[in-house]
Amino acid sequence: MDLTLYVWRQNGPEEKGKLEQYAAKNVSPDSSFLEMLDEVNNDLIENGIDPIEFDNDCREGICGTCGCVVNGIPHGPQEKTTACQLHMRQFSDGDSLTLEPWRAKAFPVVKDLVVDRTALDNIIESGGYTSAYTGEVGEANQTLISKPDSDYAMDAAECIGCGACVAACPNGSAMLFTSAKIAQMAVLPQGEIEAAERVQNMTEAMLNAGFGNCTNHYECEAACPKGVSVKFIAKTNREFVKALAK
Amino acid sequence: MQMLQSSIGRKLVMALTGLCLVGFVLVHLLGNSSVFIGADGINAYAEHLHALGPVVWIFRIVLLSLFGLHIFFGIQLTLENRAARPIDYNQKKNIRTSFGAETMIYTGLAILAFAVYHLFHFTVHATNPEISVGVLPLDAVGRHDVFTMMVLSFQKFFISAVYVGAMVTLLLHLSHGVQSLFQTLGVLGSKTLPVMEKIARAAAIVIFVGFISIPVSILLGLINL
Repeated sequence: MDLTLYVWRQNGPEEKGKLEQYAAKNVSPDSSFLEMLDEVNNDLIENGIDPIEFDNDCREGICGTCGCVVNGIPHGPQEKTTACQLHMRQFSDGDSLTLEPWRAKAFPVVKDLVVDRTALDNIIESGGYTSAYTGEVGEANQTLISKPDSDYAMDAAECIGCGACVAACPNGSAMLFTSAKIAQMAVLPQGEIEAAERVQNMTEAMLNAGFGNCTNHYECEAACPKGVSVKFIAKTNREFVKALAK
Repeated sequence: MQMLQSSIGRKLVMALTGLCLVGFVLVHLLGNSSVFIGADGINAYAEHLHALGPVVWIFRIVLLSLFGLHIFFGIQLTLENRAARPIDYNQKKNIRTSFGAETMIYTGLAILAFAVYHLFHFTVHATNPEISVGVLPLDAVGRHDVFTMMVLSFQKFFISAVYVGAMVTLLLHLSHGVQSLFQTLGVLGSKTLPVMEKIARAAAIVIFVGFISIPVSILLGLINL
């Protein structure tokens, strides 16, 4: 199938960018979205045009590196799917695709569709750790964790940190990311020691990085390739109230 | 970090003041609906309110503070949220959010403008003095004649239209605000959130229908002098 691409081209963080039109010809419906971009880049290189820069790594939907906004939706139209796992059979011959980078003050564009997501690392650094016992290895069953709690923590830990929640949020807020990281530790005994500082420090780091505030649009959950639930935002709000009481 | 500088702290202020303001709106609606009993109903209700004396002023000051906090942080958070995306998308498709959620700042400011007008109309008697000042003094049993003021006011199509328009903005504001405040207060989970979204919309519609039933009944002549 043949597609028309409108791709955001921007040479550097300080440069002005704009949408450029390219043709994607003979695209196999079985190819992935990123393979389609690889093919387009081959054509561009043959014609002496700079290839489109886009982030990618594992290409199996688990690393959180890839992602761009496809026709207004982060990671494209298929639910709970990263851009690398999106297949071209989701589109039809003759479709036009607009590709844009994640748009947020905290995510400056590095080049084309690549953004700098260091801000998410800064949020993790501010509180995404636990105190650990050192010394001898403890008993295997020393710290018991209930099945519901461990499931809850695992659901939160599904977040791959891709930043689609920020890209989708009308406020450019990183609340779903931050909440998933807070919630995954809030229910585990290992996370209890820093619980109060964690929620305060991580939400403060979020604000300082230039992300917006959550106003409960729930666009983040809808765009999240892992379906991370906004219930973790409610949990974070409860953790904040608990921290205030201390 | 100070409660009033943090992201969640300010949201909690929005949620708690919002909850109180919804409570006020409900009480106001209940009070207003005494107009359906006739002059005896609403004039007696107004008489009771004024008989509270200083309590009325305490109530007014608390209400004003709630409004002030809600408006101040609403504007501040909105400005921060806009600054968080300096370059907008050429194409953005929202999947989950609602028109009410996207227009909170506009419906909020519209409600503020209406509230000011509403006070000038019914409390200060400045906007339609020919109705309020002329009639208000006393009814047959020596009470402030709120009933006549309401009927004469809403018989004017323009006043009723402004009122109904304002209630549409309140409907939109509450359709998002009510569920949002419970999410912010952290009382919702993944099963209760969709239920609360429905309850919130239903509550917003009930409040809307309740408020507009008064001008509509007066315009249709169901309530008259």
